[in-house]
Amino acid sequence: MGLFILRRVGVMLMTAFCLTFIVFVMTNLYPNLEKLAKSEGNFRMTDIEVATWLSNNGYRSPLDDQLLADLNAGRITQAEASEQVNTGFDPRIFRNYAEWLGVYPGWTRVDRDGNQRGRCILPGSDPAEAPTFCGVLQGHWGWSTVSKAPVTEALGTRMGNTGFLMLCVMLLMIPSALIVGVLAGMREGSALDRTLSTFSITTTATPEYVSGVLFIAIFTSSAVGLKWFKGTATSAMENPNFENFFLPVLTIALYGMGYIARMTRASMAEVMTAQYIRTARLKGVSFGNIVMKHALRNALIAPFTVIMLQFPWLLNGVVIVETLFQYKGVGWELVRAAGNNDIEMLLAISVVSVFVVLVTQLISDIGYVYLNPRISVT
Amino acid sequence: MDPLTWTGGLGPVLNPILTILVPVFAVALVAKIILSFFEPDTGIQTNPDGTIIATGGIWGLSAKLVTWLGLALLLVVLAYIVAGAAMGTGAGIIGGISRQFVPVWIALVLTFVVSIQFKRSLGLYGKLFDSMIGMIGFGLVMFWVYTAFFYGAFDMIATHDPLSQVSGMKNKVPGTPLRGAEDGDFQWYLFGGDNLARDIFSRVVAGSTIVIAIAPLATLFAFMVGITLGLPAGYYGGRLDTALSFFANLILAFPVILLFYLLVTPEIVATGLPQFMAVVLFLFPLIFAGVLIHSRYRTQPQKDYIWLAVILVPMFLVYMSVINNPDPTASRITFWPFDFFDVPGGVLVVFVSVVFVNSPTVFRIVRGLTMDIKTRDYVAAAQTRGERPWYIMLWEILPNARGPLIVDFCLRIGYTTILLGTLGFFGLGLPPESPDWGSTINEGRKLLSIYLHPALPPALALLSLVLGLNLLADGLREESLRD
Repeated sequence: MGLFILRRVGVMLMTAFCLTFIVFVMTNLYPNLEKLAKSEGNFRMTDIEVATWLSNNGYRSPLDDQLLADLNAGRITQAEASEQVNTGFDPRIFRNYAEWLGVYPGWTRVDRDGNQRGRCILPGSDPAEAPTFCGVLQGHWGWSTVSKAPVTEALGTRMGNTGFLMLCVMLLMIPSALIVGVLAGMREGSALDRTLSTFSITTTATPEYVSGVLFIAIFTSSAVGLKWFKGTATSAMENPNFENFFLPVLTIALYGMGYIARMTRASMAEVMTAQYIRTARLKGVSFGNIVMKHALRNALIAPFTVIMLQFPWLLNGVVIVETLFQYKGVGWELVRAAGNNDIEMLLAISVVSVFVVLVTQLISDIGYVYLNPRISVT
Repeated sequence: MDPLTWTGGLGPVLNPILTILVPVFAVALVAKIILSFFEPDTGIQTNPDGTIIATGGIWGLSAKLVTWLGLALLLVVLAYIVAGAAMGTGAGIIGGISRQFVPVWIALVLTFVVSIQFKRSLGLYGKLFDSMIGMIGFGLVMFWVYTAFFYGAFDMIATHDPLSQVSGMKNKVPGTPLRGAEDGDFQWYLFGGDNLARDIFSRVVAGSTIVIAIAPLATLFAFMVGITLGLPAGYYGGRLDTALSFFANLILAFPVILLFYLLVTPEIVATGLPQFMAVVLFLFPLIFAGVLIHSRYRTQPQKDYIWLAVILVPMFLVYMSVINNPDPTASRITFWPFDFFDVPGGVLVVFVSVVFVNSPTVFRIVRGLTMDIKTRDYVAAAQTRGERPWYIMLWEILPNARGPLIVDFCLRIGYTTILLGTLGFFGLGLPPESPDWGSTINEGRKLLSIYLHPALPPALALLSLVLGLNLLADGLREESLRD
């Protein structure tokens, strides 16, 4: 068991490493960096200015001195100079990634005004006190260019918000999905089964952006006039209550619920045909007792793994719902960061999401072994 | 022109019936479900002559009541559609819509009549018509397939151009007469106008063509990739399996929306990355077809070469036409001279990213099925016979894994539809004025608190298509399990 967990943790670290490198490469492609430079500097920068800005801020290798000298002396035109700028592969990316990881000293540079600048020197802090290494391994997650704050600070509150949302979704989704599944599976083929199965198929066929729009239309708009809930969850970040928080929770929960309910139903239906259930019946145990005492525990093994594997899907739903309901959590931040190429924020979000996905997978595997003694990890 | 009401001339006759029937049916259904909790479990009992004894008492009564009320409800809905198709806009908005969909109705009826007539000789497809759920799902799916086909091929069904804006029609409610309509024009906006004064009904119809064109094809490509990699991973196991599974899990651990943002934004498209991914991903159908043929006819070179040439040459030409685009501003691959058609840039990018997201899941399913099936006796028999590994994988294992794969194919088209909608919802990939359902929902949701009509039709259209695919998959699963 110990070895199994150790190996899984190893795979997890490896996955996180590869994934962050991919995200790093994609966000550091030249067109993305150019967009970043223009939004951080100004939008009318020339190609040379963009390249200079990027090398000054440690994103790319410095420009060729000869090129700059030629340009300043007027020997070549702007257009000729910008053609010579390297917009393709830059080996500096490996160094940058190592800096982000914290296994290579952060870059430092003295700028025109004689100020010491560098990756590890936060704006407004003393350069002399800055550490040499500042990467993820040292606990520095970098600087969010959109929030104008350290990533840990900006992402912390967002994660709190999303965590609370997920907790509420779980509290609503798991019990209702299990109840629906057990009720449908205990008498396969009955009217109740068919109704509940149709209901769960319908919920799995309704993505969040459809159900969310339907709920907003029915329960919040002035056109229908019910106005039971609020159409945005912005106020739910300080003061969550039933009125402003129920719709986002319901929207995510419904989509995930159908799948768990169907798994529970299948598992329950299988258990109900088992020999020991028939024995119990022949013995004269009442139907309620059979379901509650004999069938339920064995029927809940399969749904447990499904619930855990449902987390990655929930993350997806969280992004949509947070955008739809204007709830500022990780998903909302992801959309904003991706739209503005906020590199270090995107890296942090991908690490968080990989962590969530792989930890839930691990829990699901271990839990499965624990719940079902017939299976062993090896 | 007067504005249309929802039911027009049919309203006075059918609306009262509907308002009575719906609550009564709902009450009967709930009563039946509650009663079923207390039903004694007698099982199915037979008469001495072999017929089944009807369920008696209050339970039998409730079941009969629900059946008959359900039939009555279905009849009323049919009456709306048939009378609507006959009366046109005389029967209000519903009539107008039903009239527009007449080609679809005819095609649907023909499909069902022919299929039910010959269902015994149609294999798994014919068996679908034994299950109610399957038939409903198939009906919903074919409704959108025919709509997409008639709009895409003959420009029927839609009433206006999905992109043209008509002044004075901004955010107008359903059934508003078209301002400044000429004689040849359709006189109303059936589902009203959107924020840019375009006809919502036509946009929903046009959106179906985009979905129906991309989703099944993208799913098929994902299956090609998943099968071509999943079969050897499951069959050989070992290092190959470890490596491929690691990559699949890597892609699966990505949050889908982050992946879309990283692949589909204009800056990344400018680097040509999606195009290079297309070069790799679109190669898989060729590899699949080539290996499929070669493993079968390896011992008959004559036949082998003929088949390879017949299949692979056209596929290669199509492949090169897809990845090649002579316009150097939109494309990095411009060298190929025999370019028959160009895929619009946005569509290619969307297609590639959807295939990329779907293939790892297919890979895992195929790998699991292969690991299960390779322990069977007929695989051992083939191995003893001296068959090559690829022959065993493609001609012994794959046909025996078809049941779960077909079911998953249906489900996955639905999931792909949802992904396409997600892309549209975040405004990624397709141009912003594109009438695909995701973009239309995204545009409509911004004004949702005041105007419902722009967002609801595309949302319900997407819901019905995905629901249809799910029901179809459910029906197929039920029928293939019965084998």
